[in-house]
Amino acid sequence: MKLREIQKIINAEVLTGEKHLDNEIETAFACDLMSDALTFKEDKTLLLTGLVNPHTIRTAEMMDIGAIVFVRGKKPDEATIKLAEEVDIVIMTTPNILFTCSGILFANGIKGAELSCR
Amino acid sequence: MFVKGVRIIQIKYMIAKNDFSKAGAAASNIKKTLRKLGISTDVIKRVAVASYETEMNVIIHSYGGKMYLNIDVEKVTIIAEDEGPGIEDVEIAMKEGYSTATSQIRELGFGAGMGLPNIKRCADNFEIKSSLGNSTIIKMSFNLK
Repeated sequence: MKLREIQKIINAEVLTGEKHLDNEIETAFACDLMSDALTFKEDKTLLLTGLVNPHTIRTAEMMDIGAIVFVRGKKPDEATIKLAEEVDIVIMTTPNILFTCSGILFANGIKGAELSCR
Repeated sequence: MFVKGVRIIQIKYMIAKNDFSKAGAAASNIKKTLRKLGISTDVIKRVAVASYETEMNVIIHSYGGKMYLNIDVEKVTIIAEDEGPGIEDVEIAMKEGYSTATSQIRELGFGAGMGLPNIKRCADNFEIKSSLGNSTIIKMSFNLK
C-alpha cells in the first residue's frame, strides 16, 4: 500500500517527507520501546509509535524504516522534524490511538513485521 | 584490490556521557560509511543496530568513551571502550530484561534491558569485558565473507 493511501485511511497529517508518499509499505511495527523496534528484519516497514523524540528518528534510520506515524495526535518538536528531513524519513501524525491505528492498517492488508531470528 | 588482512578504514568516535542530543550520530556515520563501501544491506543493518545500541549504552551508563570502526577486507569490527564505572556482573547484564536505567532513560524509549542481548544477536563475534570500577570494553565483528 502506498503511504498516500495510508495517510488517508488513518486520517494523518504529513509533517515531513511529502515527496515520498508514493513509496510502498508492506509491513508495520507498533511500539514505544526503541529496543523493540531494533529487532525486526524487513524493509518497507512503517513504524507506529507514541514516542516523539529524535531517538525515534535515529532508530528508524538504523532500521531503514522509511516512514513513522506518531499516534494519539502527538507532534514532534522542530529538532526531531529537522532530523527526519535530514535522513529522508516521512513523518505523519494521526489522531487515532496506537491500537486503532494498528487495527485500521491490519484490516487493510498491512501485516506485522517479522522479527529477525538470528 | 584489497590485500588480505590490510585495514582499509579506521574511524574513531568520541561519545560524551548523557549527550542525548548527539545520540546516534556515530552509528549514523558508521552506517553511511559502510553504504559508501558497497557492503551488503544485511551486514549494514546488523552493524547499524549493534553500533546504535552500543553508542546508547555508553551515553546512558558510562562516564563517556570512544567507539572505533575498523574495516578490512574480511570483516567490520566495532570496539567501544568507556571510562567506567564498569559492570558488577556481566552475566546478569547480558540477560534480556535486566536494566539499571533510570525512568528518565525509559521515557526516551531505552533502558528495557534489551541492548546487550540485541548487540550480541546482531554480531558474528561478540566479546564484553568489564568489572566494577573499571572500563567496559565491547568488541564485536561482522563477517564480510
